[in-house]
Amino acid sequence: MSSKSHILGRIRGNKPGPRALPTLPPDPAAGTREQWEPAFRAVLTGSKSGFITPDALSGHVAAYGPDATIVSTVPEVAGNLYLGTVTDPLQLAGVDVTVLRARLGVAENGAMWVSETEAVHRVLPFITQHLVLVVRTSDLVGTMHEAYRRIDVAETGFGVFIAGPSKTADIEQSLVIGAHGPRSLTVCLG
Amino acid sequence: MTHAERAAEFLLDESRTDWHDASLWHVRGKRDAVVHGIPEWEALRQLGSDIKDNVLSNLDTYLEEFEARATAKGVTVHWARDAAEHNEIVHSILHRHRVERIVKSKSMLTEECHLNEYLEGRGIEVIDTDLGERIIQLRKEPPSHIVMPAIHLKKEEIGQLFHEQLGTDVGASDPQYLTEAARQHLREKFLAANAAITGVNFAVAETGGIVVCTNEGNADMGVHLAPVQIHCMGIEKIIPRAEHLGVFTRLLARSATGQPVTIYTSHHHRPKPGGEMHVVIVDNGRSEQLGREDFRNSLKCIRCGACMNTCPIYRRSGGHSYDHTIPGPIGSILSPGIDLKKHGDLAFASTLCGSCSDVCPVKIDIHDQLYKWRQLVSEAGHLPRSKTLPLAGAGAVLSRGGLYNFMGKAARVALRLAPRSLLYHKFNPWGETRELPEVPEESFKEWYARTKSGREQ
Ligand code: SF4
Repeated sequence: MSSKSHILGRIRGNKPGPRALPTLPPDPAAGTREQWEPAFRAVLTGSKSGFITPDALSGHVAAYGPDATIVSTVPEVAGNLYLGTVTDPLQLAGVDVTVLRARLGVAENGAMWVSETEAVHRVLPFITQHLVLVVRTSDLVGTMHEAYRRIDVAETGFGVFIAGPSKTADIEQSLVIGAHGPRSLTVCLG
Repeated sequence: MTHAERAAEFLLDESRTDWHDASLWHVRGKRDAVVHGIPEWEALRQLGSDIKDNVLSNLDTYLEEFEARATAKGVTVHWARDAAEHNEIVHSILHRHRVERIVKSKSMLTEECHLNEYLEGRGIEVIDTDLGERIIQLRKEPPSHIVMPAIHLKKEEIGQLFHEQLGTDVGASDPQYLTEAARQHLREKFLAANAAITGVNFAVAETGGIVVCTNEGNADMGVHLAPVQIHCMGIEKIIPRAEHLGVFTRLLARSATGQPVTIYTSHHHRPKPGGEMHVVIVDNGRSEQLGREDFRNSLKCIRCGACMNTCPIYRRSGGHSYDHTIPGPIGSILSPGIDLKKHGDLAFASTLCGSCSDVCPVKIDIHDQLYKWRQLVSEAGHLPRSKTLPLAGAGAVLSRGGLYNFMGKAARVALRLAPRSLLYHKFNPWGETRELPEVPEESFKEWYARTKSGREQ
């Protein structure tokens, strides 16, 4: 007998009687739409992310200096490394700054959805030293419940909610920003 | 060695015990603060618990649905009855690709299966990439906590370790500096790995995808750089639909570390272009636990660690005292089902205060299960003598009303008159850190009779 049928057989023999799948209740009141933006800003500030306005985007990127390797997949700002020439993700190891669009932002926890479509290379939002995510205020939602209804997680092969720069607290619970992924996250909201 | 004996070793260093206790209590406090900001928290826990109930009663069909959907998207799904088969499957994938170096992100399942030792024994370099996991890997220790694997270590110890193994400055113990050193060290490993292994937080039946949550981004660095990605999951990680991720992602990080969400919540549904994606579904005793009516709820666990952070025993005995991959309250209800004789004493590593059940985001009745395991341990004759003798005595006294009354009175007198040395001596560890309460003049029963049920003073 294959392991699969062995395991499934044992589960069938041992599982409890039927329990209905609960229907999800209506979304909790996560404040009004007007409250989402301040909530979103507050929670991301808490995770040590920064904010800029769309006007400030190109200046922000330029401030990394003329030697910085910059990748951008948004029309608002140009990069100097063209992703079309990158065939192996290892070629992205030297990227300093990456600018990507996030499709939505969640007010309750600051999570922003970035899929393979925006990132092009899956590793890009992680391997870059600094990450800038561009989000429209009109793309904010209240909670994760709403977020999962708005996106199709299986639409692309990979998608991620990002809620801050990479961090760790594994040494005596001290917060350190820049564990393996980006050392900073800047949210361009407008 | 019993849990109590290992705990006693941990307790030898009193200030360290206090520090460990306070660190975990701090995390518990952070959890409380963030949970109080969610008015519907209790309803959310109930929802999480109800969804998991439905999962347990349909586990076979959800797993089949998951496999069908994942396979259709080009993912290879494997099934492993036990740890040995899991390790063989992983090794065969690596062998086929002639993989020499792998990076791994946190996975309690691969700890449970002792995958690292298995692969290292076959000449494959395994690098744990979560900072805490890397620290304990360099120290050749198991994790002491499922979310914070190195919570038992002080920064000076990590500084010394990094000095010896990674060449950091002698005496340096600044977490920022040490983390930067680990970042550089591990970046090389990420870039050089031929395959990456991760655990799985949730597998979605409806979409055939898996979800991995981290703060460091280490799972993603590994998986997206290496051509082969392998995700190992227990059969109980399945959830029915993508919309349920809304429930569980809201519960997980808040319960675990008091964060509103993990920094990265990554959804993998297809191999990367030109790459391979494998999911290994592992039973290893879980289907047996499913058949134990009193204990099957333990399979609802989403591995947040909240029950550890709140447990007065865990906080003051350390994760290693449990001598099991999953320590703390949840480990104490999982491990007796694996080996009752070896781990049965863990059912007693609890005050039954119920704090674990109160914080559990999926409402597992942890302390009730601990109590039930105690009875099974006792029935199987595995009780340590230090428990059987007093319990037999208590049984004899409690079953006879007259004797109970007399013993109560005798104890009140004896406690006042007995020399301290009777209680405070080296054979009674209980007395080492405790003082007896003041002895009341009369028993509750006497007071109740004298005051006519408390109506007269
Ligand atoms: S038993 Fe509950 S509290 Fe403990 S780790 Fe599992 S989900 Fe978290």
